[in-house]
Order: sequence, then C-alpha cells, then structure tokens
Amino acid sequence: MTSDLLVVTAVVGLSASAVGATAPLRIRTHISVALTIAACASGFVMAAEVLHTGDVAVVHTTALLPLSGLSMVLDRFGALFVAVSAVVGICAMLFRLGYHGHGLSSRSASCILPLFVTTLLLVPAASNVTTFLFLWELMAVSSLLLVLADHRRRSEVASAGQWYAVMTQFGAAALLVGLVLLATHAGSQSFAAIAAGSAHLPTWVRDSAFVLAVVGFGSKAGMVPLHVWLPRAHPEAPGPVSALMSAAMVNLGIYGIVRVGDGLLGGGPAWWWLLVMALGALSALFGSLHSATSSDLKRLLAYSTTDNVGLMLLGVGASGLFASTGHRTLALVALVAALLHVVFHAVFKGSLFLSASSLQQATGTTDLDRMGGLLRRMPMTGTIFLAGGLAMAAMPVLCGFVSEWLLLQAMLHGLPSSDPAIAVAMPIGVGALALTGGLTALTIVKAAGIGLLGQPRSNAAAEANEVGPSMRLGAGTLATLCLVFGVAPFLVVPSVVDAARSVSRTRISDPLVGGWQVGLAGVHGALAPGLLALALLIAVTLVAGARRVLQHAPARHTRAWGCGRELQTATMEYTATSFGEPLTRVFEDVLRPAHDLDVSHAAESQYFVEAARFHTSLDDAFERHAYRPASVGLGRWGALARRVPNGSIHRYLAFGLVALIVVLVVAG
Amino acid sequence: MRTSWPAAPMAAVSLLQVVGVLVGGPLLVGVMRTVRCRLEGRAGPPVRQPLLDLRKLARRERTTSDQTSWIFPLAPLVLVGSTVVVAAIAPLLATDPAFGWSADLFAVVFFLLLGSVAMALGALDSGTAFGGMGASRAMTIGALSEPALLVAILALSVPAHSSNLPGIVTRSLAHPLWLATPERLLALVAFVIVIVAESGRLPVDNPSTHLELTMIHEAMVLEYSGTDLALIKLGESMRLAVLMALFANLFVPWGIATAPGPIHLVVGLATTVAKVAALGVGLAVFEVTVAKLRLFRVPELLAGAFVLSVLAVLSALVVA
Repeated sequence: MTSDLLVVTAVVGLSASAVGATAPLRIRTHISVALTIAACASGFVMAAEVLHTGDVAVVHTTALLPLSGLSMVLDRFGALFVAVSAVVGICAMLFRLGYHGHGLSSRSASCILPLFVTTLLLVPAASNVTTFLFLWELMAVSSLLLVLADHRRRSEVASAGQWYAVMTQFGAAALLVGLVLLATHAGSQSFAAIAAGSAHLPTWVRDSAFVLAVVGFGSKAGMVPLHVWLPRAHPEAPGPVSALMSAAMVNLGIYGIVRVGDGLLGGGPAWWWLLVMALGALSALFGSLHSATSSDLKRLLAYSTTDNVGLMLLGVGASGLFASTGHRTLALVALVAALLHVVFHAVFKGSLFLSASSLQQATGTTDLDRMGGLLRRMPMTGTIFLAGGLAMAAMPVLCGFVSEWLLLQAMLHGLPSSDPAIAVAMPIGVGALALTGGLTALTIVKAAGIGLLGQPRSNAAAEANEVGPSMRLGAGTLATLCLVFGVAPFLVVPSVVDAARSVSRTRISDPLVGGWQVGLAGVHGALAPGLLALALLIAVTLVAGARRVLQHAPARHTRAWGCGRELQTATMEYTATSFGEPLTRVFEDVLRPAHDLDVSHAAESQYFVEAARFHTSLDDAFERHAYRPASVGLGRWGALARRVPNGSIHRYLAFGLVALIVVLVVAG
Repeated sequence: MRTSWPAAPMAAVSLLQVVGVLVGGPLLVGVMRTVRCRLEGRAGPPVRQPLLDLRKLARRERTTSDQTSWIFPLAPLVLVGSTVVVAAIAPLLATDPAFGWSADLFAVVFFLLLGSVAMALGALDSGTAFGGMGASRAMTIGALSEPALLVAILALSVPAHSSNLPGIVTRSLAHPLWLATPERLLALVAFVIVIVAESGRLPVDNPSTHLELTMIHEAMVLEYSGTDLALIKLGESMRLAVLMALFANLFVPWGIATAPGPIHLVVGLATTVAKVAALGVGLAVFEVTVAKLRLFRVPELLAGAFVLSVLAVLSALVVA
C-alpha cells in the first residue's frame, strides 16, 4: 500500500504543478494549492505507515529516467523526513492561500511551487545515485526559481539568487563527484548495493566520498562556512518558500550526511565525526552570534537556521564518534537527539518564518526597527511568533527544550570514556551548545521584544492589521505543535528512534524510557515535560490568583513613567541594533563591525559641527574574508582569460591544433 | 540503589520547600542588607523589612503603561511561577521531594532562564528606553554565563552518571571524599561566579543602584508598580534563595534529610537555613569589599568561569 501512496504522492504533486501552469488565473492558486495539500497529505499517510509498520515503499520504473531508471525505496529513516516535509508543506500551502505579493501568483511560480514541495517529499525516497541526483537538482532548481519569483520588482533578488545558485551548484557538484566515486568503486549505483559493499572500498574512496558529502549536503543545510546564501536568499524569497526552505529543505542536508555517513558507508573513523562536530559547533556559534546581532527579521531567522543546523550536526557528529569508539547505545541516543531536533526545528522554524512573513505583509518591512507594538495589533500572529521563538530558545515545556536536553544527556553520558577525543570534544560541544542556547534566548527576546512589544516604531506598524484566517491557520498549526510536542514528546520520540535504528542498522533495543517521560533507560532521573508543564501552569495560576486576591482592582493604564520623563516616543526606545550592541562589543574580534562616522563642520569654525552621520554595518566575516576575495580573484582570472580569444580565426585554429596534439600525447 | 519515598512525605517536603523559599527569600535579602549596613557602620532596617515592603507593595494599585500587551502583566507571574516549580522539585531540604526524579539540573537551569526571558520581555513591553537597556544587558550577561553554568553542571554530573539533582546530592553524601577533589573545587568557583552574575549581585550588578547608566536589573523593573512589583521583588529573592540552597546542597550536602520523618525534616530545614544564611552573610561581606565591574569587563569574568568549568570536567575525567 505504501508503494501505491508513493506513486499517488508523485502524481498528485506533479498534477498540481501542471494545473498551476495551465489553469486560468482566477482559479489556479486554489486548485494547485488544494492539490499540493493533497500530495502532502498522501505523503504524510505514506510516511506514517512506513514509520508505523516498517513496510518499505518501493517503486522502480525504467521508463521515466534514461539509462538508470527511476528507483525509489522509502525506509523508516527517509519516512521521518517525508513526514516532516509533508506537515510543513501543508501548513505553508494553507498560509500561501492568504499570502499576496512576491509574484507567487504568476504562472511560472504557481507551476514551480507544487513541484518544489513534491521534490521535498520525494528526495528521501530516492534509492539510487541517478534518481537521487535528479530529484536533488530538481529541488535545487525549483527552489532557486522560487527565490527569484519577485526579481522584476526588486533588484536585490537577483543578487540573492546568484549567491544561492552558485552555492547550491557547488554543493551539487561535490555530491555528484562523491556519489559517483562511491558508485563506480562499489560497482553499482543502487544505495543498497553501495551500502552492502562499502566496507570493502579503499579507505581513500570512503574518506573522500564522506568529505564530499559533508561539503555538498552541508552547503544545502547552511553549514558554516557554506552558509552565505541563507541570509541572502531567505529575506528575498516569498514567505511560504522561505518557510519551506528553512523548515524542510535544510533538513535534507542533514538527511544526506546521515544517509551517506551512517547508511551507505556504515560509519567511519573518529576524525570524520570530529570534523562534523567541529563544523557543527562552528555553525551553531557563528549562526547564533549573527542572529543575535542582526536587525532584519528574516536575516535573523536565516542565521538561526545555520545555528540550529549546527546543533543537529553536533548530535550527528557525537553519534558517529560514539559509534566509532564502540558506544552503540549512546550513538543511537545522540542520533535520536539530532533527528528530534530536525523535527522540532522544522516545527518552530516553520511557524517563525510563516508568522514573520505575516508581519512583513502587514507592515511592509522586515526591519525590526520599523515594527514594534505588533502584539497588540496582531495578537494571533504575534503569539504564534512568540511560541515559535520560545521553542527555539529551548524554553521549558516547548519542543526545543526536549531535543536540546536529550543532546546534553547524550554528551554527558558519553564523557566517562577513556577516549581522549571524546573527553575533549564533549565539554567543548556542551559549551558551544550552552552559549548558543543563551544567545538564542537573547535573539528571541530581541526579535519579539523589539518587533512585537513596546510602541510602534513606524506608521506602517501603528496601522498594521491582522492577517487573514488561512495564514493564521497555517502558522498557528505549527505553533500549536511546538507546545504539543513539548508537552507530549512521546508522540514523535518512538518514530524517531525507529528511524535512527533503521539508518544505522542496529538491532539494539530502544535506549530511551517511554511514556510521558524522556530519558535514558537505566539511568536514574528523567525529564517529564508534561509534568513540568502542569506544575508550571498550576504555579502561575496560583500566583495569578494570589495577585487577584491581594489587589482586586485591575491595573490602571496610563502613560509610561520612564523615570519621570514627560514624553516617551518610539524613537527613545531601544532599537534592535542597540539591543545587540553590548554583544557586538564583546565579540568585536569575531564580528568586526564596520563603523563610519561622517562629521561635517560649520564653514565658520571647525569647532562647530553642522551635521553628523553614523553608519554601522555587520558583514559576514566569511563573506568578507573568503568569498569576496575569491570572487574578485575569479573575476581577474576571467578578465585575463578574455584576452586570449581575440576574435582572430587563426588563433582559434591554432588552439584546436594544440588541443589535438595534447589529447594525442595524453592518450598515447 | 536508591528507593523512593512514599507519596505523602514527598508532597509534604515539596510544600515545605515552597513555603520556606517564599518566606526565606525575602528574609535572606534582609539578612544580607543588615550585614552590609553593619559593615558600613550603619544601623540599617530590621531583617524583616523586605517582607514588610512586600506587604506594602502588594496592596498598592498596579499602574501600567498604556502601550503594553498581555506580556507585561504575565511576566511577574512566570518569574514567580517558574521559581516555585524549581523550589518544589529540587532537593533543598530532603533528597526526595515530589517528582525528584524529574528534577534535572539542566531542566532547573532552563526553568530559571524562562523567568529571566519573561522579565526581559516584560521590560521591553513597557516601551521605554530603560526597559530595553536593562533587557539587553541582562540577556547579554545571561547568555555569556550559560556556557560556564552548563559545563560546571557537566563536571558535577559526570561522576554521578546523571544530571539528576537528587542523584548528585545522594552521590555526594555517599562519597564524602569526592567533595575535596579538584573538579569539585573548580566547579564550585565557577558556580559562585555564575550565581553572582545570574542573581544580579555585585560585582556584576548593583541591586541597590538607581543610577541610569549602571542599572541592569533595576532598569528592567522600572515600569512595574504595586502588586506586580511585589511579585518581582519576591521572585528575585526566591531565585536567590533557591540558587543558594541548591549550591549549598550540591557542595555541602550534609544535614539534608535522607529519610522521611518529621525529625529528619526539621534537621534538614535547620541545616539548609543555616547553610543559606551563612552563604548570604559571606556574599554580603564579599559585596562590601568589591566595587562594581564595568559592564564590558563582566564577559572576562564569565569567560574565566567557563575556563574553570572546562578544567573541572577534564579533571573529573582524569580522576575517574
């Protein structure tokens, strides 16, 4: 049955795309959205069935893809990602119904959006190299076209698209080389055959395939230093697309690293996983630092995606490291923690991106310093944003708390090991995770506090209106899931454990205690999120009751006091930039902010200042020190190379002759 | 292997802990103020003055800015509520309060962080300059103290093979020599620094300042008044008491009730009160002797604490 559902998902998704391309403007949005939701629903049912029964979905056809044929096998591990993509897809599509602007209603965008969602559902099912690369590229290209949907109206979109195109194609090239290397040496391109024969491959093949996979999948996941496209593409992409990219597409980068590292190669030496952990810690710290100091809402959320991907990589790396030193149970726990974070990140980041797009639609800006006071104007959207944000900051009783706690537990219990690599890696990992957690809390206080609370900072914010019901429903569903999964993690934990066991092919029993608790079996103490939530609810209610008893009168509303200042205007409030300023100063050596002070003096005397202008900017250090020099160097090289073909036909004939001689010498 | 207590004594312990922290928190602040005053050659208010202040404030009318949303009145409730939860499940008087198996040290830290986040959001909700300033500084210091705190917790949890609080305390009781190991001493210093930073005491923040440029915590609560302010003051003092009692029981656990029964509980209560009072006096004496650090020197202090806690983990591994 699951195999049929796989076919249904693909067919319905592609027909949604076809309808989007052909139907008349009045009805095409509704029909294509409805069909896409149907495809997601079918994908979710299939994934749930696979996760529940372990009944693998298999589809092989030689007709569709030349030479290799289309080959799809969906196991439990892939099904977890399909389920996540499906839920995010449904919510993003509901949201899309009310979302205007960004050129999403054009014929091309209506055709490509369902295609993108469909590839998100199908990539985890690909089971040979050609199918995988085909679907992967389809996903990359369709998401690129969607990022570019609004390029006619805004010129920044084109630049963001270029960055994204270069990074995604670079990643795809790395994947192509890595997977082809594996396939040629294993003698077959099917994933099952590679997995069966990978143990006998030469070490250099295994090593280079893994490193290339980390590079290729890491660039899609937004891992530092390949993250530069994220903070550019996300602010420019249409709202539902940025949510899909950040909550569903990025996950597939993690999927790939685990699939290749644990699945195809069956684990590897410790240095592989230390590399993954180091990149994860770097991504987590760098992403959280930049999101804490950014004042553009979507840029901030994009950097926080890098940060969360870093946490997932920390878990994946820790898992591999434990496995390489023989701690199979702990390896499973760490992998479960990482995958749990994938699921929860999708839920909270989806709700954050969708509600941020609502705020953008209502105020016309993503600049936090031009928002403010929106929780009063848009109570539902504001609450959704807060819920997602607090979940991301790992606040108790929301979902992010559970996955980060489990990750901490895995690292803690891995420590009493004689292996020096573990002994050094784990405390540093915990430190990185802790600093990331603290910075994320700061980020969310900043984003919600500056953007949603206080006085409106612009006329647009003062007159913002709540968005339509479908947008609230789409974002609200994900926000509700943040609370539901936080209180009742048992709804997802068993499936995640099954998925982790399926990819690492271990037969060890479930390492976690079940029911309302989360914790490691055989260890004293566990986490009971539901119980803690109930206790918190009771405590807050009791305190509220006590306040009511002590003070019957409701609070009197008057002008803010502000230490006795008469007039409190919005310009006196702290801005997002000023909120992050102490942190910018503390991390000045890492962030290297650029300050620019323009002072023009009065003509009469230079002691009188006529006007002063202060400009500060915070560029990405990797962009400035690695990517810009690289692109300048490439440009120079191109300019040099342009001198060679000068239009003379004789010269071109000479090139042909020289090339022929070289080929003959090399071949001979 | 540890055995759990019957339900009734466990619930009684939790209730006693919550009540003790509710009353003891303000009294602790009173004791610390009195010590300070005496050392500075002043008579000072009576020890129960914070309680009297709370009574006065609780009856006052609440006035809030007309720019606020539902966050502003909710923040004090979350602050007190999260502290009450921690006070109920953490081993303050006895090793087995209700739901002690869920009293995870990491969870306790995140619960306390929840209170800080709520206060920072409440401060920003007032829409004034000072609220934002205080929130920004408090969150920066909180974020930077987090690594030191969690790694110090790691150092304590590794030998106990669990981050469960009752588990760690029981283990310390069973292995008294473990208390004098280098990892404990290093973690102890890191903990002290973090507690000072988290609870806004000197040299990180001056709780009695009202000078605009130096305020951190006081800047956040400027717009609160009446019952809400009473709740915040209560919540802050409760946090201090909970942190100190936890600290005392993590590093000097003797006296804590290990078995159910009124006598054990009375002994536990008396020793915990004595330990917390001694710590409070010590902190007050320390506060008199130091000057407040410049805000941008605080990260150095916290980085030092982080280094100490990493050393603590490494030495824990070497010893183990």
